[in-house]
Amino acid sequence: MANKIPRVVVREQEPAVRATNFEEVCYGYNAEEAQLEASRCLNCKNPRCVAACPVNINIPAFIQQVAEGDYAAAAGIIAEDSSLPSICGRVCPQENQCEGSCILGIKGEAVAIGKLERFVGDWALENECKGDVNVAPNGKKVAVVGSGPSGLACASDLAKLGYEVTVFEALHKLGGVLVYGIPEFRLPKEKIVAREIDSLKKLGVKFETDVIVGRTITIDALMQDEGFEAVFIGSGAGLPRFMGIEGENLNGVVSANEFLTRANLMRAYDDEYDTPIYVGKRVAVVGGGNVAMDAVRTAKRLGADATIIYRRSEAELPARREEVHHAKEEGIEFRMLTNPTRVIGDDKGWVTGLSCVEMELGEPDESGRRSPVVKEGSDFTVECDVVIMALGTSPNPLLKSTTAGLETNRRGCIVADEVGATTREGVFAGGDAVTGAATVILAMGAGRKAAKAIDEYIKSK
Amino acid sequence: MFKIVEKRLLADNIYLLRIAAPRVATSALPGQFVIVRVDEQGERVPLTIADYDKAEGTVTIVIQTIGASTKKLCALGEGDYIADFAGPLGNPSEFVHMSEEEIRSRRYLFVAGGVGTAPVYPQVKWLHEHGGKADVIIGAKTASMLIYTDEMAKVAENLYVATDDGSYGFKGMVTAKIKDLIDNEGKSYDECVAIGPMIMMKFVTLTTREYSLPTTVSLNALMVDGTGMCGACRVSVDGKTFFTCVDGPEFDGHKVDFDEAMRRQAMYRKQEGDAIERHNHKCNCF
Repeated sequence: MANKIPRVVVREQEPAVRATNFEEVCYGYNAEEAQLEASRCLNCKNPRCVAACPVNINIPAFIQQVAEGDYAAAAGIIAEDSSLPSICGRVCPQENQCEGSCILGIKGEAVAIGKLERFVGDWALENECKGDVNVAPNGKKVAVVGSGPSGLACASDLAKLGYEVTVFEALHKLGGVLVYGIPEFRLPKEKIVAREIDSLKKLGVKFETDVIVGRTITIDALMQDEGFEAVFIGSGAGLPRFMGIEGENLNGVVSANEFLTRANLMRAYDDEYDTPIYVGKRVAVVGGGNVAMDAVRTAKRLGADATIIYRRSEAELPARREEVHHAKEEGIEFRMLTNPTRVIGDDKGWVTGLSCVEMELGEPDESGRRSPVVKEGSDFTVECDVVIMALGTSPNPLLKSTTAGLETNRRGCIVADEVGATTREGVFAGGDAVTGAATVILAMGAGRKAAKAIDEYIKSK
Repeated sequence: MFKIVEKRLLADNIYLLRIAAPRVATSALPGQFVIVRVDEQGERVPLTIADYDKAEGTVTIVIQTIGASTKKLCALGEGDYIADFAGPLGNPSEFVHMSEEEIRSRRYLFVAGGVGTAPVYPQVKWLHEHGGKADVIIGAKTASMLIYTDEMAKVAENLYVATDDGSYGFKGMVTAKIKDLIDNEGKSYDECVAIGPMIMMKFVTLTTREYSLPTTVSLNALMVDGTGMCGACRVSVDGKTFFTCVDGPEFDGHKVDFDEAMRRQAMYRKQEGDAIERHNHKCNCF
């Protein structure tokens, strides 16, 4: 009978209100709601959700504990496979992973696995329950490059194994994409990210900000001069891509990385902070991924009319479904099957519009998605004073160029095997630096695999 | 946190700060820059390195108070701490990869303008220490705005000072002094390196082009992270877009689109003005 209960609707800030503030959109479940939602799980014998989870969390098992009200036990089960449940519960594309394969979703609505994971993660943070931490230090040092999801996950597992871990972060604040990229309204920085990092500090992990590995210090120096026996590279996605169209260097064209970094990391929307941000009256965001949604919703919150420009149709939008839904509720305009051809500027070099063409979908391309084709003679102009390019990234060449023996592939991503071992002995890598821009959960998973491999490598030396 | 171990007023609104930053000092080379953030609310400000002492573990920066963050930075004193000091960033000058023999065989002309004189110093010093010879022109509006003349005199082969009003040295712009050296003093150079305000670098490159003198410029583009992540520092060189932070900061001056670079530099001028106003307002309240 359990599946007769409808999926428990999660409480959210009113769209009209939240479109003017940076508070979290989704309030999450309370205990009562979580228990009710958990009771919907069929506890399948062959749970398809587990196979669909990139890190194979034992989902039915933790949900059973939630249903019984034993949240500490639920947290323990998740912790076996994930170190960042509060974060992944908020930012994973559940509709393509666990929830997308939930048997209840075939005829009705999938169990809200993401919201339950978030509930358990938040409960654990609130109650400082992160499992056993009393591990004897083994005196061996490992360096982690980057404090984003892969680096944090790797550091956490290594610390629990007794390693003396130092995380080097290039920016002034810890968290990588979790702080500079994903906005506050989707992932609260103090309440969630900072507390996840604090729990690592309690495990004994050391953090050094303002260290750009490859410039401030090289990997070679870390290993030869500072006694690190292994290094994990979790340096992230890299340089923002642009389209290569005319007018892209006009004033008012920015990358989503720049726009989001100004807003999130540098708190440009807060008068107390000195960093400027240029929002304009009408903002066009080019792209259809999560970063595009984050940028367009940030622009909206800063007072602009904001539009998504995407060359395929809505069905192909790579963003999480929830973000698209939230964006629409907040009044974001979506111009699908539209591709920019030129940025138009005034005589002083400031953006006044975006020349576009209409597209139609043709044959499927190598990604399996139908490829967009230009409709001849369909040119038109989108008026705007800011254009934000959210087109993905290309790898930063810095570590390759400063680390002997570290190979990259054709696309410039670091070459690493299944467990993260690179072509350089003792150096491991994972996350976007290896895969190109992907998800928090995949990066976290790669960090954990590498931690295990680093442990085996050091023990075998 | 990074300690200010020395602070000096060099000229009107131009300060020298020596910062204890051992890791940066160990790795710093001529041509590179740092990102400085004064406090939690401050901007990340890119500043070229004016000197470094690897033994002491200190790095020197020279700052002109322009925006809200640079004003706050220069309001601090010796013994105070700044929140962040990250670097060295960008690529070192090309000559650091050259052999001493090659360095000795080349004649350099450095053209330094205003606060841009500071980052010229470690370059000339490096060449001097590696057997190279460099002539240096320092330009400023007037004598009271000159900086680094004594330090530069010790490492330059010949030092020429040019002031717009003639209050010190040659009367006229640095471009006129370049012409004077080549046309009247019979000087010839293999490379010119110009660092200063964008407008000065533009006119230096226009002048050196007449003499087919290869010219390197160091661009002070807008940046947020300084590590390649934001792309705010895009610059067109020979029709292609580069990131100043990871591809530069030094570029072939004859190929840089200076008009675009100057326009892009002014992108946040209005907002920056507002920030200064806010700070001034705050100060009046006390």
